[in-house]
Amino acid sequence: MIPGHAPAARSTPVDSDRRNALKLAGLSIAFLWTGTSGTASAAMNARRQSSDPATAAADGNPPFAPNAFIRIDTDGSVRLVMPSVEMGQGIYTGACMMLAEELGVGLDQIKVEHSPPNDQLYASPFLGGQITGGSTSTRGQWQVLREAGAVARTLLISVAAQRWHVDPSACSVARGVVSHPGSGRTLTFAALAKSAGALPMPGKVELKDPKAFTLIGKPLQRVDSADKIKGATQFGIDVRLPGMKVATVRACPTFGGKLVAVADEGARAIAGVIDVVRLDNAVAVVGENFWAAKQGLEALEIHWDHGNNADLTTAKLRAALAEKLSNGTSIIAREDGKRPAGGKSIEAVYQLPLLAHAPMEPLNTTVWVTADKCEIWVGSQVPTRCVAEAAKITGLPQEKIVLHNQYLGGGFGRRLETDSVEQAVNIAKQLKYPVKVIWTREEDIRQDIVRPMYHDRISAVLDAAGRPVWFGDRITGGTVLGRWAPMAMGKNGLDDDLVECAEKTPYEFANVKVEWIRHDMPDGLLIGWWRGVGPTHNLFVVESFMDELAHAAGKDPLEYRRALLQQNSRSLALLNLAADKIGWNSAALPPRVGRGIALGEPFGSRICVIVEAEVTAQGEVRLRRAVAALDCGIAINPSSIEAQVQGGLIFGLSAALYSGITIKEGAIEQSNFHNYRNLRINEVPLIEVHRVESAQPPGGLGEVGTAIAAPALGNAIFAATGVRLRSLPVDRRLLVQNAEALRRTVI
Amino acid sequence: MFRLRINGGELSVDVPAGMPLLWVLRDAIGLTGTKFGCGIAQCGACTVHLDGQAIRSCVLPVGSIGDRAITTIEAVGKTPSGQKIQKAWLDVDVVQCGYCQSGQIMSAAALLAHTPNPTDDDIDAAMSGNICRCGTYVRIRAAIKQAATGDAEVLQAIAPAGAA
Repeated sequence: MIPGHAPAARSTPVDSDRRNALKLAGLSIAFLWTGTSGTASAAMNARRQSSDPATAAADGNPPFAPNAFIRIDTDGSVRLVMPSVEMGQGIYTGACMMLAEELGVGLDQIKVEHSPPNDQLYASPFLGGQITGGSTSTRGQWQVLREAGAVARTLLISVAAQRWHVDPSACSVARGVVSHPGSGRTLTFAALAKSAGALPMPGKVELKDPKAFTLIGKPLQRVDSADKIKGATQFGIDVRLPGMKVATVRACPTFGGKLVAVADEGARAIAGVIDVVRLDNAVAVVGENFWAAKQGLEALEIHWDHGNNADLTTAKLRAALAEKLSNGTSIIAREDGKRPAGGKSIEAVYQLPLLAHAPMEPLNTTVWVTADKCEIWVGSQVPTRCVAEAAKITGLPQEKIVLHNQYLGGGFGRRLETDSVEQAVNIAKQLKYPVKVIWTREEDIRQDIVRPMYHDRISAVLDAAGRPVWFGDRITGGTVLGRWAPMAMGKNGLDDDLVECAEKTPYEFANVKVEWIRHDMPDGLLIGWWRGVGPTHNLFVVESFMDELAHAAGKDPLEYRRALLQQNSRSLALLNLAADKIGWNSAALPPRVGRGIALGEPFGSRICVIVEAEVTAQGEVRLRRAVAALDCGIAINPSSIEAQVQGGLIFGLSAALYSGITIKEGAIEQSNFHNYRNLRINEVPLIEVHRVESAQPPGGLGEVGTAIAAPALGNAIFAATGVRLRSLPVDRRLLVQNAEALRRTVI
Repeated sequence: MFRLRINGGELSVDVPAGMPLLWVLRDAIGLTGTKFGCGIAQCGACTVHLDGQAIRSCVLPVGSIGDRAITTIEAVGKTPSGQKIQKAWLDVDVVQCGYCQSGQIMSAAALLAHTPNPTDDDIDAAMSGNICRCGTYVRIRAAIKQAATGDAEVLQAIAPAGAA
């Protein structure tokens, strides 16, 4: 989402004007926007701490809390407060490693805490708000969390050095103990914390030389694993409060529809049903437990006003996009040179579907509204936005909204929205007791804020040698950013995310034009962030088309890409590494087995993936092998990196093979995992992840695998069958062995 | 009123016979380690053991259980196969968001109890009812093999938190 790099650090003195230095270093600040607190450009800081005594008291008044991330208690125990939320991506482990590396403690010596909602203390330097998304956490925190650890270490050493009358530079810290090797003296954090808390902030702190790292770069076990394997981790859905009831809800299935009336006698007759709550566009049934509430919901007779979208279908949405692609006015993202006359012209239209997120933990929120307070328990990627919305709904000031963030059972962008939290607050406002609102899986899919659909016309002109002398991409689709953070839209109303990985590719093109035609969805059909967003969409189109160009030029797809990467050594190295690892030039593959390459530079990282797939005579696709070559800059935790690439690829391959949300009568047709399929373990092959060492600043990782998955699969299917898939998900009817005959009769 | 044998103990719950075991565990008893994912036995997040067999608790009416012994994620570590599986899950660092992992571990522990040295096909058959949206399948397979054989199956060695 954000093409930005923090400057490299090698034992770099960092001063409090760091942010200005970052701006000068060219960090992308396009996404800095006015946070929900109304304060522009909030960003976490290694020296800032809450000055509110009530907050400190709630935190147990730790004697040493030099910033918003580190608390050292009287007994020396170390608590680390996590600025991002943990939704599987491993950021709690990564953030702990960055803090602990400079602080001088082991991961087994710390306790991890969720951060409270606070843009001033925890806003992402990339996103300007307390937001976990866009694969920005590690990139945004790489400097500031190490600096935060170094600030704490510097102060602890200062106290010890003063007591010993020695030079601070002669002291060191490891595993929570400050030592002076010259004299053999040691002091624990417990002995130093109170005095360290009385010292003023140091102006400059020294960051470790990467060669001296003891944690960063090691494949350490996650800090959240031990509880998760025992079922002991509390997710939002696990919250239990005294007097709490459980509700489940049905909103109008038609986009933008409203509630007219509901007959609830049947529901109220069910044992355990307590209340029926009416909202503008939904009905909730409250029960003693979820089962009672669900039974009650099914017993309701609901009358909806289906509104303006009552006859909306996927076909209509597609037709409108196609019309806009042909006739719409575009915003230019990039234009270098002109389309040359002559040469071999190639053009194709690619289509991508709406997608649901379907995180394993269905959306849920627990809320307790009283006269002067609203308390919320939820796993959210945007806690401060939840607070702001709850304040609007309840009429309470923001300081009266208390939000307890939880572990997230998957996010994938769905929990960047506040709709389910707003709904729960609206329900709780009508009740006198705490209520946990849990969406059924059916509600979770039908009320998703879906990934946009796209129609793109991509074109190229090849010279006599088959090299592209023109690359044109005309992207058509709706903007997520335009709704979610309209203030962050770029020049001329451009959505930078929407063109990422099309506007800039790894390759050399002499003449380029990349443009976007904005096509808003009908009112009521909301589109949202979905793992990989812009790059996931554009890499499928661009990398599938690169294969088309290789084929048109009569070249091997590997050799064709190589020739275009002569000025891009980092990506060329990945292409060669992946090809080497899979044995690209090894013995011929069996019939109907093919390998597909995809290469991209999303989220500040670089990745090349080669998928090997077999297509059966019946058109079923079987994944045989996948190899990834990755350059993500400095590796914080190589184990997490491998896991993110494997998992990201599986998420992207799942979508490419099976996922597509379709609309009938203005409503989502899919409802649960039987008709919104996902890859299962029996369909997933070994996925090798090969990482090149790098001293560059860290790149993003949470979405990289997802973004590169679909084109590698599509290219493998082409290699296996000769069928070029220009729309997703994979249509098996096109892949049966006598596909031509079938195409005439079915399509 | 139903008398249930759960995790080595017995307790009575006053719930309707048709209430699925999942909601008895989560809402009536307060054992929240067993998760709700789909409600139609499609995702496996709610997997528990009934007399050692892996079953989907979201579609199992409590009235049909009788005196069969229920084991949940909170107690599976007391069984030999559950203990091995949980250790391998840590050693291979399988989890990501972790929400499906209670169900994955319950399915894997039941597999290992009945099939001490599972083949890839055995793993596919036992584990394909459990969806993981984070995509931890490669490590799940490695962890099951590691639990069975004791041999490291990992793609890279993962160090415990206190290693450095």
